[in-house]
Amino acid sequence: MRFSLKKSPSHFSILPEIIAILLAFFIGALILLFSGYSPLVAFSALFRGAFGSRNAWGQTLTQATPILFTALAFLLTFRAGIFNIGVEGQFLMGAMASALAGIYFSGLPAPLHIALSLFLGGAMGALWGLIPALLKVYLGAHEVITTMMMSYIASYLTSYMVNYPFKAPGWVAQTEPVAKTALLPKILPPTQLSLSFIISLFLSLLVSFFLFHTYLGFQIRAVGLNPGVAENRGIEIKNRQILAFLLSGFIAGIGGGGEILGVHGRFVDGFSPGYGWDGIAVSLVGKLHPGGCVLASILFGMLRAGGMTMTRVTKVPLDLSLIIQSLVIILVSAPYFIKVVILRKKDF
Amino acid sequence: MEIGTLFNLSILQATIRMATPLTFAALGGMFCERAGVINIGLEGIMLNSAFWAVFAAYFSGSSGVGFLAGVLSGMALGAVLAIFTVKYYADQIVIGTGINIFGLGFSAFMCQKIWGSRGASGAVAGLPSLSIPLLNKIPYLGPLLNNHSILVYLSFLAFIFSHYLLFHTPWGLRLRAVGENPQSADTAGINVHLYKIVFVILGSTLAGLGGVFLSLAHLNFFAWGMTNGRGFIALAAMIFGKWTPVGCFLASLLFGFADALQMRIQTLGILPPQIILLLPYLITILVLAGLVGRATPPSDYKPYIKK
Repeated sequence: MRFSLKKSPSHFSILPEIIAILLAFFIGALILLFSGYSPLVAFSALFRGAFGSRNAWGQTLTQATPILFTALAFLLTFRAGIFNIGVEGQFLMGAMASALAGIYFSGLPAPLHIALSLFLGGAMGALWGLIPALLKVYLGAHEVITTMMMSYIASYLTSYMVNYPFKAPGWVAQTEPVAKTALLPKILPPTQLSLSFIISLFLSLLVSFFLFHTYLGFQIRAVGLNPGVAENRGIEIKNRQILAFLLSGFIAGIGGGGEILGVHGRFVDGFSPGYGWDGIAVSLVGKLHPGGCVLASILFGMLRAGGMTMTRVTKVPLDLSLIIQSLVIILVSAPYFIKVVILRKKDF
Repeated sequence: MEIGTLFNLSILQATIRMATPLTFAALGGMFCERAGVINIGLEGIMLNSAFWAVFAAYFSGSSGVGFLAGVLSGMALGAVLAIFTVKYYADQIVIGTGINIFGLGFSAFMCQKIWGSRGASGAVAGLPSLSIPLLNKIPYLGPLLNNHSILVYLSFLAFIFSHYLLFHTPWGLRLRAVGENPQSADTAGINVHLYKIVFVILGSTLAGLGGVFLSLAHLNFFAWGMTNGRGFIALAAMIFGKWTPVGCFLASLLFGFADALQMRIQTLGILPPQIILLLPYLITILVLAGLVGRATPPSDYKPYIKK
């Protein structure tokens, strides 16, 4: 059997993706029409809120940042043939570790404090990813179920931590603020956009380089594409899958940390509206390529940031953004559907 | 604290109630997997059915109409899952994730639009409870099994029906063949795609009934995200039950008991609620790691491409 891995998908066309996104907005418009809203008014408010001004851009990119981290995390495991749908859990655990490091370490110079806090966030995320990795590799437990369960555990565990042992005085379930030396600099004041965004872009490049230009990355992709052939070629499948899980958890954890140190300044209960789940979708919409993930995360950031403006201005429920997201996910994952039904192609 | 305050008749009754949505959804998930499709979207399907059941009951004034709406909603989302994954080879887990997000977003959107709050709908009349005169005469078992919602008994029937269908009818035999070895099933003249589509829709409809139970029997209104992870717990129950109806039913009772216990401990205030709430998930991981370590699904979840 020939063993070849192309550097990019053989027919790199984004036409089906674009059609899927347009179709999702179209169905969203129909839902708006049927429930008595004007799609034109709602969507124009959404786009204005997402791209209409410097601040709007700042909000969109702020929302895109955590999603880009989680998308890269999901991407890494997916390339190794693993469905790590527990990115949300790794993200939350990383956020908690970074928050605690930001609060309890003191006397460090700012760059060091930030780096240490982010690193601990990444390490915690990696640890959270290691558990399902070991369960899969050594006990054969299906990672879809275990990572999902780990996500729920992380969500309740972090909620417990900010409600009991690490709760700051007051009504809100949140930790104390992190030290000033642990805060990531804002890069587009007055918006919340922080250095975390730059880190996420840098990580996209790094992941791309790792997957497509290093031997280890090649091995990970080989395991994902055809474990049988990879094994014949002497690649240690188990090791590579564990490595993918660790890297994935690490990236998700940094993402969580970046969100705490860059935006909230402390761990607030329920601060993630499901960034980990968004990441799965963004990864797929981005055709499982880091570059595609950057673009797709901006699309999802737009839906979140613009959605808030839309709700404020037009009273259309914010959940419209969720509906459109889900439609994008469903339609993008069915390129054959788009090709056959919409583009009328016979062969696929 | 006395153990008697934790374990008494009422917690066993609660177990039966809390097992009902899990039984429906686990059986539903099982039919999908037997057809070779993993149904991650159980949660969203349940939530959507819960919403539509309340929607229809609210505007028609009849819980029967609500029940029908819940069934139809389950069928509709099942059809989406079936057609996209079977006919257009879309990834099952991705479509399932999409369905979950859709269920959450759509139900909240509509709830906000109709009742002005995305948190909860208006109240509706629930489905009736069933009182079986003869059952009352039996000590212990009578009070335990009697006077539940009609859906509780329907879940028992669904369990028996599923077992009979899967293991004692030609359709069940063919379904198992389709999941385990689509190639040979095709060679034997079975319409593989049709079987997959029909049983994914059937399974999703069952899951929808689980949602209807939550909104028309457990509570008599729709609440935001009211499935609260039960679709995922049902998946775990299905795996724990090794993809058989008997197993699904027993595992659902076990997890239903955990749920009932969790609610009881919460009212007693012995432990922080978050710790209790994460226990079912922790148990599921332990179960997956230990008791059913090498759980082998009845299919490889690959789409069947007809040559």
